Amino acid sequence: MKILTEHIEVPGIETIDVFRKHGGYQAVEKALKKMTPDEVTEEVKKSGLRGRGGAGFPVGMKWSFLAKPEGVPRYLVCNADESEPGTFKDHYLMWKSPHTLIEGMIVSSFALGANTSYIYVRGELMYVIHILEKAIQEAYDKGLLGKNILGSGYDLDLYVQSGGGAYICGEETALLESLEGKRGNPRNKPPFPAVKGLWQCPTVVNNVESIAATSWIVNNGGDAYAQIGVGRSTGTKLISASGHIRKPGVYEIPLGITVEDFIYSDEWCGGIRDGHKLKAVVAGGSSVPILPAEMILTTATGEKRLMTYESLSDGGFATGTMLGSGGFIVMDETTCIVHNTLTFARFYHHESCGQCSPCREGTGWMDKVIKRIELGQGRKEDIDLLVDVAKKIEGNTICPLGDAAAWPVSAAIRHFRDEFEWHIEHPELATQPGAVYMRPGASWSN
Amino acid sequence: MKVTIDNITLEVEPGTTIMQAARMIGPEIAPPAMCYYEPLKGTGGKCRGCLVKVTAGSEKDPRPMPKLVPSCITTVQDGMIVENTINEQVLETRKGIVEFLLLNHPLDCPVCDQAGECHLQDFSFEHGVSATRTVEDRNTFDPVDLGPYIKLNMNRCILCYRCVYAADQLTEGRVHGVMHRGDHAEISTYIEKAIDNDFSGNVIDVCPVGALTDRTYRFKSRVWFSKPEDAHCDCDKCSGNVTLWYRGDEVIRVTGRKNEWGEVKEFICNTCRFERKKTSDWVIEGPTKIARHSVISANKYGANLIQPSFPIKQAALEYKLIDDDRDRSFLPARKSLPSSEKK
Ligand SMILES: Cc1cc2nc3c(=O)[nH]c(=O)nc-3n(C[C@H](O)[C@H](O)[C@H](O)COP(=O)(O)O)c2cc1C
Ligand code: SF4
Ligand code: SF4
Ligand code: FES
Repeated sequence: MKILTEHIEVPGIETIDVFRKHGGYQAVEKALKKMTPDEVTEEVKKSGLRGRGGAGFPVGMKWSFLAKPEGVPRYLVCNADESEPGTFKDHYLMWKSPHTLIEGMIVSSFALGANTSYIYVRGELMYVIHILEKAIQEAYDKGLLGKNILGSGYDLDLYVQSGGGAYICGEETALLESLEGKRGNPRNKPPFPAVKGLWQCPTVVNNVESIAATSWIVNNGGDAYAQIGVGRSTGTKLISASGHIRKPGVYEIPLGITVEDFIYSDEWCGGIRDGHKLKAVVAGGSSVPILPAEMILTTATGEKRLMTYESLSDGGFATGTMLGSGGFIVMDETTCIVHNTLTFARFYHHESCGQCSPCREGTGWMDKVIKRIELGQGRKEDIDLLVDVAKKIEGNTICPLGDAAAWPVSAAIRHFRDEFEWHIEHPELATQPGAVYMRPGASWSN
Repeated sequence: MKVTIDNITLEVEPGTTIMQAARMIGPEIAPPAMCYYEPLKGTGGKCRGCLVKVTAGSEKDPRPMPKLVPSCITTVQDGMIVENTINEQVLETRKGIVEFLLLNHPLDCPVCDQAGECHLQDFSFEHGVSATRTVEDRNTFDPVDLGPYIKLNMNRCILCYRCVYAADQLTEGRVHGVMHRGDHAEISTYIEKAIDNDFSGNVIDVCPVGALTDRTYRFKSRVWFSKPEDAHCDCDKCSGNVTLWYRGDEVIRVTGRKNEWGEVKEFICNTCRFERKKTSDWVIEGPTKIARHSVISANKYGANLIQPSFPIKQAALEYKLIDDDRDRSFLPARKSLPSSEKK
């Protein structure tokens, strides 16, 4: 079942004519001419669609929280900053099929009563920005954007804004600051963007994938969307699969397939690369806890783990993780977990905006300590120190980047403590080029 | 509106923050504020030193808040119940904040002009631990001169953003205050654009640490060897109400007057601060009452130390001792610590 990527390989799908030939912009016709904004919102609510940017908050519910004071403009902002290590799905969608996003933007803006909307794109993706701008121009030329769209009386202007290359600008309030032309520092909440967002006006911020899914929901109805998936994880999800698998890439999966299927089936990742075996998975982008092979495949209660919000987080952080943004990073037994944790810690150290002291100082501290361990200069007490620093950051910061920095470190130690200890106790072995710790009884290959 | 902080209930106006309410009770209950600065709009929420536990959100919705909240920017709801000095989680977190703030701090108090009136010293004295757990190299920056009057020593900066807001709100033409990100962020040289402005010197007063200091006062004296006197002059740029700092008969420094939270009451102009260094420039009003608990008042105007009044006696029934030397003889005997939430 494909919703977002059904026609993505059709040659010329990035042009409006080919896109329309494959059913494109029907949702705009339907929503603007036959539905009221509230009816569109109602369908999105019924669909059970959850935010695809990471937190998984129900999209319809977020929309219904939007404040609607008289005479104050409202905004829809699409979060296309996608900078989380391991996540590259929005990039793929916008690059291949820009009109899928633009159609979703029109439908969603209509539902929210926004007459100006923005797509905030990660600064490094300059060519995607050009693709989007070209597509937007085509939409204007066909009367799908601008004044009185398709004679419906609804006006919408759509702008693309480039970011400056900062991960933190993906956090929704930092994004709004940046969009306003300021330094991308996250805001303290409350007030939430739904009340005071862009230029202090009510604003909805949604991920590219969340917005793109709304056109299908308008065309086929919320109930049809809710039919796909399991429980509260409805619809399809783009997964960016990377690492030691046979077929890395972006896959649109119906939520609810098993993790095992996703990794090993030829339809998706195609299994671990030849001669190697699964060691660990980071299932939802660098921020979510890493899980060892046995825990990612089965839950603590012995059930097969599914690709759903609920199943992946089953067991809490003790034995579970999160679906997050769908950045699925697979590691085989040649991966050094300490080194991998260092890579993540270095990233968060580099990307912390520096506003609040736990994150600013804590991310740097964790980076330095792990680096020391990796370089064979670890001390016994460093492991507990790392756990404690992570704990002191978690929950005490302005924005979730602090948590996102703390979780990978505490999870790596939770599940691979022996690997950290080995680095500290046997620096002469651990610092050999390419050295990887082997649990007693483990072997290199299948 | 009713709010209860550390078992003391008081009435406040709607819109009051937890910090403001706690300050009404008194300094023993008020959370430490390293970034919040009442006279500057928009400050607060950054240092996380003032995090408190809300055990009941309001009368209507008495659920506890899941995370600790910054008291300086969280407004009180009717019936809210807050724990500050009596909550273990809060105190434990605060220890962590001190540790974070000192992580890259040079600890060069012996050669820092701010020593003695430094909020970071006070904060770590009251909430920190004496041992250090870090062995990492500290991040370092070269000190720079921001014009003829102001010295910036980034090594000591805690990125509270107070100077940024001060430059924004008191001076014209400032563009940005902070460059770069994370622990490599710096107060930027753009701030030099504010140097020509008549009110730029106020960034020195708002800085809680010795990152921004007065070049005309550099290494002149330790704060505790100088005596503050309130004085005023007829100034056409500002109110002219200042504090003069004397060493012997010499005025070695001029600052704004500060309230008991260390906040400037009226911002003063650069002429008053940097140019009027003779007693004859001023009308002397008398010794400054140092309200803030500080080494400045040591052996000097001790009698002026303003004791907390209001329901502090009631507060003291269940409040947690901080390890310092404040006179507590006025407090009734302590009962055992209440059972605060333990995680
Ligand atoms: C540090 C950080 C980075 C983030 N980066 C992104 C991002 O690149 N793209 C995105 O859609 N959401 C990102 N988010 C989540 C957004 O804050 C926000 O929750 C999301 O855009 C909401 O959209 P959704 O409800 O459709 O998921 C990030 C959050 C944090 C804390
Ligand atoms: S948690 Fe980190 S990134 Fe977020 S506001 Fe604080 S310092 Fe900035
Ligand atoms: S220089 Fe001083 S006032 Fe400015 S951010 Fe740093 S500590 Fe705060
Ligand atoms: S004083 Fe409240 S966060 Fe700094």
